[in-house]
Amino acid sequence: MEGNVFVFCETDNGKVVDISLELLSSGKKLAGKLNCDLEAIVIGNNISDIALQISKYGVDTIHLADDSRLDPYQTLPFSKIVSSILDKHQPQIVLFGASSIGRDLAPRVASTLQCGLTADCTRLEIGDHFERKTKVEYKDLLLAIRPAFGGSIMATIVNWDMPPQMATVREGVMKKEVYDENYKSKIVNIAVSKIIRTEDFVIEVLERHIELSKVNLKESPIIISGGYGVGSKENFDLLYDLADMLGADVGGSRAAVDAGFLEHDRQIGQTGVTVRPKLYIACGISGAIQHTAGMDESAMIVSINKDPNAPINKLADYVIVGDINEVIPKIIKSFHKLAQ
Amino acid sequence: MKPLKIVVLAKQVPDTRNVGPDAMKPDGTVNRGILPTIFNPDDLHALEFALQVKDKLPGTQVIILTMGPKRAADIVREGYYRGADYGMMVSDRRFGGADTLATSYTLAMTIKKIGDVDMVLAGVQAIDGDTAQTGPQTAEKIDFPQVTYIEELIELGENDITVKRRLDKGVEIVKSPIPVLMTVNGTFDKCRSRNVKKLLKYKHARTNTELSREEDFIKELVEQRPYLHIPEWNVEDIKAEISKIGLAGSPTKVNKVESIVMKVSEAKVLDDSQDSIDLMVGELINAHVIG
Repeated sequence: MEGNVFVFCETDNGKVVDISLELLSSGKKLAGKLNCDLEAIVIGNNISDIALQISKYGVDTIHLADDSRLDPYQTLPFSKIVSSILDKHQPQIVLFGASSIGRDLAPRVASTLQCGLTADCTRLEIGDHFERKTKVEYKDLLLAIRPAFGGSIMATIVNWDMPPQMATVREGVMKKEVYDENYKSKIVNIAVSKIIRTEDFVIEVLERHIELSKVNLKESPIIISGGYGVGSKENFDLLYDLADMLGADVGGSRAAVDAGFLEHDRQIGQTGVTVRPKLYIACGISGAIQHTAGMDESAMIVSINKDPNAPINKLADYVIVGDINEVIPKIIKSFHKLAQ
Repeated sequence: MKPLKIVVLAKQVPDTRNVGPDAMKPDGTVNRGILPTIFNPDDLHALEFALQVKDKLPGTQVIILTMGPKRAADIVREGYYRGADYGMMVSDRRFGGADTLATSYTLAMTIKKIGDVDMVLAGVQAIDGDTAQTGPQTAEKIDFPQVTYIEELIELGENDITVKRRLDKGVEIVKSPIPVLMTVNGTFDKCRSRNVKKLLKYKHARTNTELSREEDFIKELVEQRPYLHIPEWNVEDIKAEISKIGLAGSPTKVNKVESIVMKVSEAKVLDDSQDSIDLMVGELINAHVIG
């Protein structure tokens, strides 16, 4: 396939966000394998210094749409600008973060361009695809790899006939790596007013309350996680006590979040965050694949569960068969006794 | 305010949320065949959103639309039981194998055929794919603005609607003109339960395909009561181009699928005595995992 690798870079208060930097690093590797350029699209207000932030990731060209109307993000103007740039440059690969912005924008763009889009990828590779029906081999395609079916399968998705090949990628699965501190990007300023019209701003943002995530479970070395089996919001206090003592954070399964036991940003699993702590203590979690997909790479897993046959026990290094209301106080007592 | 015509997109999905031990094959992979099919959870929230709009604007029509195999007529009936005014399905073997682009084209053509629609609602995503793409792609194809991740209906204006959206970090309150397509988050109010009267009224609602296999008394009943007839549209009914539907209209193709095998490790199984717990905590401290 012809064309370059493009990355849509999301900004927050003028700063390019982590997921986009991760994608630039990943995009640079793909571009290296395909022997093509890496290009970035940045849209916002007062972002002329953007090269300082992203050139070092090996960006050859930055398409910059800088306009006072372009902050905060809005679907229609952003999708028109991105579609217009992609239509003009005909890239072979386009990457977006699987954030609330990327997942709102990318499908609208894919529909405009009539191309394929693979959601929530966790791995991207370049490879070949042999089509059995037509006996045609397609070389150097984007292999977009993602969990599907509640996390019970990993699917590799390809698109050989309706370019560009687009994907949204989950945060935290690609590594952010500086390519060259002195790398220079060419800047292309987009004539925004030629692409968007006043009617594109039909949706009015009345209030925006950015609550910085208080918890960052991805960085936590120890996670105490609770499921529906914890029983109540009050019982979660025990988990917080244990977490305080161990310097850990508290997370939970979708069932626990849906039941209102803890906040949404603490949800671990397919639709929450993926974590890889050195210790994961699962309290009253049965272990639906939806949940285990987000924690099964933990270095050590302890499961506390009344049910000796809970599926999560198959993943665990230690299983304590019992009620968390009795077991957790005993762990706290034991730690005070044994830790120096 | 004039009543609205609302289409709710709903999908029948396999219940992938609770893949328990009985759904696991001996090799640790999932036996999909035994998973029950359910009303996609987010779509139930979308139905509730539509019903709340109807509560505020009596006379509003709530139309439940599902695309899927013949058995997905269950979704239309479930919609009726919970308060939908009309239901229909779009079903044809030729729609099979569709990815989100081909699906959104099919839904968009169906919405155009329904005509004069003021609002389209759908769940943010379906649990069998978790892509969250079909809503925005349908919006683009019918040329509606889109508002995604809705968790609260704040106000319904003369020709606009104000809602709260859930973002990665925090929330946003937006006002959108009508018509609009909105996707409703799992954090929106739970859908009201089935209404017993409606259950009795609609339990014999059938598509033509279903009717062909039914006993005579049900055939007669549906003939006498046209509201029990669930329309079932095919490719020709919605005037879809063959090249844009099903597998042919789908740019994304599966190259490979790997089942995830649950890692089998030798767990130390302990009872809940203080001695057992001391043993574990001691080992964790010695291994420098804690402490």
